[in-house]
Amino acid sequence: MKGRIFSVVGGMFLLTVCGKGEQSQVQAAPPAIDPAPASASSSAGGTITGKVRFTGTAPRGRPIDMSEEAACKAKYTTPPTDESVVAGAANALSNVFVYVSAGVPAGQTFTAPATPVVLDQDGCRYRPHVFGVMVGQAVEIRNSDPVLHNIKAVAKRNRPFNVSQPNAGMKMTRTFAQPEVMVNLECNVHGWMKAYAGVRPDPFFAVSGPDGSFTIKDLPPGTYTIEAWHEKFGTQTATVTIAGTESKTANFTFAAR
Amino acid sequence: MKTHDAHHAPMSFWQKYIFSTDHKIIGIQFLFVSLFFLLVGGLLAMQIRWQLGFPGKPMPGGGILPESMVVDGVILPEYYIQLVTMHGTFMVFFAIMPLLVGVYANFLIPLKLGAHDMAFPRINMWSFWLALLAGLIMLAGFFVPDGAPRAGWTMYAPLSARPDLSGATLSQQLWCVSIVVLGLSSVLGSLNYITTVINHRAPGMTWFRMPLSVWALFITAILGVLALPVLQGAAIMLLFDQTIGTHFFDFGAGGQPLLWQHLFWFFGHPEVYILILPAMGMVSDIIANGSRKPIFGYHSMVFAIIGIAFLGWIVWGHHMFMSGMNPTLGSTFMVSTLLIAVPSAIKVFNWLGTMWRGNLHLHVPMLNAIGFVSMFTIGGLSGIFMAATPVDIPIHDTQFIVAHIHYVLFGGSLFALFAAITFWYPKMFGRVMDERLGKIHFWLTFITYNMTFFPMHIIGMGGQMRRIYDPTVYTFLQPQQPVNVFITISAFALFAVQFFFMFNFLWSLKRGQKAPQNPWNDNGLEWSLPNPAPHGNWAPATPIVYRGPYEFSAPEAGDADYLPQTKKLPSDPDPVPATLPGGH
Amino acid sequence: MRWWLPDAGSTFAGPIDTLFLVILIITGIALVIVEVGVVTFVIRYRARPGRKAFYTHGSTRAEVIWTAIPAVTMVALGLVSNHYWVLMKDKNSVPPNAIQMGVHAKQFEWEVSYAGPDGTLGTPDDFTVRNQLHIPVDQPVAVQLTAEDVIHSFFVPEFRVKQDAVPGMNITAWFQATKTGEYEIGCAELCGMGHYRMRGRVFVHTPEEFNTWLAQQAAGGSE
Repeated sequence: MKGRIFSVVGGMFLLTVCGKGEQSQVQAAPPAIDPAPASASSSAGGTITGKVRFTGTAPRGRPIDMSEEAACKAKYTTPPTDESVVAGAANALSNVFVYVSAGVPAGQTFTAPATPVVLDQDGCRYRPHVFGVMVGQAVEIRNSDPVLHNIKAVAKRNRPFNVSQPNAGMKMTRTFAQPEVMVNLECNVHGWMKAYAGVRPDPFFAVSGPDGSFTIKDLPPGTYTIEAWHEKFGTQTATVTIAGTESKTANFTFAAR
Repeated sequence: MKTHDAHHAPMSFWQKYIFSTDHKIIGIQFLFVSLFFLLVGGLLAMQIRWQLGFPGKPMPGGGILPESMVVDGVILPEYYIQLVTMHGTFMVFFAIMPLLVGVYANFLIPLKLGAHDMAFPRINMWSFWLALLAGLIMLAGFFVPDGAPRAGWTMYAPLSARPDLSGATLSQQLWCVSIVVLGLSSVLGSLNYITTVINHRAPGMTWFRMPLSVWALFITAILGVLALPVLQGAAIMLLFDQTIGTHFFDFGAGGQPLLWQHLFWFFGHPEVYILILPAMGMVSDIIANGSRKPIFGYHSMVFAIIGIAFLGWIVWGHHMFMSGMNPTLGSTFMVSTLLIAVPSAIKVFNWLGTMWRGNLHLHVPMLNAIGFVSMFTIGGLSGIFMAATPVDIPIHDTQFIVAHIHYVLFGGSLFALFAAITFWYPKMFGRVMDERLGKIHFWLTFITYNMTFFPMHIIGMGGQMRRIYDPTVYTFLQPQQPVNVFITISAFALFAVQFFFMFNFLWSLKRGQKAPQNPWNDNGLEWSLPNPAPHGNWAPATPIVYRGPYEFSAPEAGDADYLPQTKKLPSDPDPVPATLPGGH
Repeated sequence: MRWWLPDAGSTFAGPIDTLFLVILIITGIALVIVEVGVVTFVIRYRARPGRKAFYTHGSTRAEVIWTAIPAVTMVALGLVSNHYWVLMKDKNSVPPNAIQMGVHAKQFEWEVSYAGPDGTLGTPDDFTVRNQLHIPVDQPVAVQLTAEDVIHSFFVPEFRVKQDAVPGMNITAWFQATKTGEYEIGCAELCGMGHYRMRGRVFVHTPEEFNTWLAQQAAGGSE
């Protein structure tokens, strides 16, 4: 009956209106290579730089057997290795999330940048493996593989989610509402795929690169506690005082285990 | 028994049509609401078929759905499993069951027994409103955060109990609440049907003069009142596991995942007999009418209904052959399951016996009833493959099972409903549905229906699993993909053809030919009333019954080929009025 | 496009396929009787002016016949079927020399564990491989099925093997492959959004190939 048809159309209308709450825009933003967002505060601030290393023997990076996913395996000339410990020259440690855990004056708010952090699923790996993002900043999750990936966010302070992207080219955006170190991201179809997101209310964080170095910029004067987080080796802290626009060094050394 | 009309003040529109306690109006309310949910179930099925036929391709119209379901027009895997879950849920609980029971138990029982209304008219009204409420709660599942439940209509734990593993949160809880409310509606309805059949038969309406439709609805009501509470209990346990930290189904804390399956199927198997017995009963009435002959083997038919209902309690484990339960249970359930084929076979042969040497009037209800017999036979026979446990190993949880379900539920129950809706439409609305549209609808449905569901047996044998978002992921399934496409296109055609029925049903409400009092020359008590039947039925009078319901072509009928139950012939003695206290 | 069950790949396929065929014949006969009956009656007994239906309430003899024949057939079918059911599923039917393997089902992969050089499952030298079941041909294999999170179902169509994996339970599924080659494992119980992607592969090797593969894996396997 007409009433039935109207209800169906009306219902679908409601679906559209109510369902689009969280996210929807397909962002055409360029890939953000540097996870650290452009700072909204004054450009004249202090800098903390440093290098992260480890002592001991790095665990052997076991090769990942992707024979069950031909489309991903084909993207590699040599088999990719496990990413839980990425060691560089002279025991440099990559993928360490370094951030200001204390010292930012209470009540100071920071605007999340408009450009999203791009998390790409490519070759059945998350790129980047570890990244920082601000509260309210968009994370654009892309699938560059012609296979199903699901992105499961395991979080305590933020709302967990679990969404799938069955086709290449699919994009979706998510934001985190609460600071959390770290939100774990995983793909359940490809058990080796893991990523870690450090969600912070301020822009004072960085991820160590292949040479183990990191830089946190534009810090106002103050005494800060810096924490370095590694997925396998744990956390370390350091205290740094910034007076003006100088650059201070804070190095971290983890013990391999 | 009080009469109705005598003490009624004139009723407002709301009292008469919305908050009515008249069993006929309640039956019609169930009819409109259930047809709506049938449409919802069909729309969900169309999306499922799109994805199976054209995996990963953008669906036409997909853009209107939110990104949590469809991205760039492509159905997401998590939405696909919501579709299969909710298609099953809506079709079983909110379409077929209320169409058979909510509509026809309500509408037919008092009319066919000579009663003025149900034993408890106000509880009857509550039964409808609770069912509607349950349906709305279930529908809400699509609109809440994280979307609809997605563990299959069978809701197996632990997947259904763990939002972190399924992805569905609030809707999973709403499913449980909806089921509890629906169960209450069913139980209240069953109490009414059982009481009315036992206590409110007109004088002369002995047990073995009741039409098979009433027998079937009566036995179904007993099944309902015993089975639904089990499901309600299971749903409450599931709700508690999801919300308040119990661990009924959580092995880690000493619970048992298999417990859900036992509880669900202990309800679930009687449920499928709830979904077929009323259909069988109404088909019996219609085939006897169309053949102008008594039903062949009336007593056997009654005992077959009782036998199916009784055996139906001890076969539930056949849904669990692969579940990991003790294989010895597999053996016992196999035996009981193979045996339940026997009373169903008896019924099929008796329907054939009814048609044999009849004078067949192939009116639209008769066509659909015959369609029921031939399709239900296929569905029942395919069940034998699953009953034989070693053969169940390759076909369990494949499209072979899906074929079986749809042959009995659509080929069976839904064809019976097309027959019943057409047959009793004059009694409900005072008009006849258009015959030509009805015949076009029947033939086109019959053809497209078989094109849709028969090939599922084959791809199921080939190994295509159920609830699979994209079969082409598997190399061994890729050669079968053309069959999936064929099924999808047939399904689209099948859905489109239902437009003939929808149009016929709605158009005839206002523009159909006005119905004569007994358009099918039938024997039932209901046809001794005007069309549509008035409030209170025969009140203040009570009809008197002189014979059984199937005296077509009886010699005593003379030139007519039918002999109504209420027609008194000179040779008929007056029956002794019922002597039950409070009885009339 | 295959119009029948998949190619037989295990010792179970023969009995199951034969039983399937027997049931097909029995149900086929019943189907033909009913459908031909329907069509014949619809044509032959169509209403015609002046015709009257034959007034009868039934026939006890007919009832007895069409009750007894289906009942006897079903009982016989049950007895035959049960013999094979016990063989395939009963724990005591697992051949004592069956090679033990572990399959741990989880969202959304099959974690297969092998006994390693000491030949015993459950010892420190076990190794696991994702989504790949390697077995030798013509030897019984007993899979210890477990599940991590929800119910999954281990299904290899060519072997005619299917068994639910239930969290908290350890269920043995045994089979013996009869042909070398590569087959697929599918998940046959809805387990979440990745249910359709729980695809594994079975590699049936000659005994020599199998031993070679085992040695390779034990030496330096992959992630």
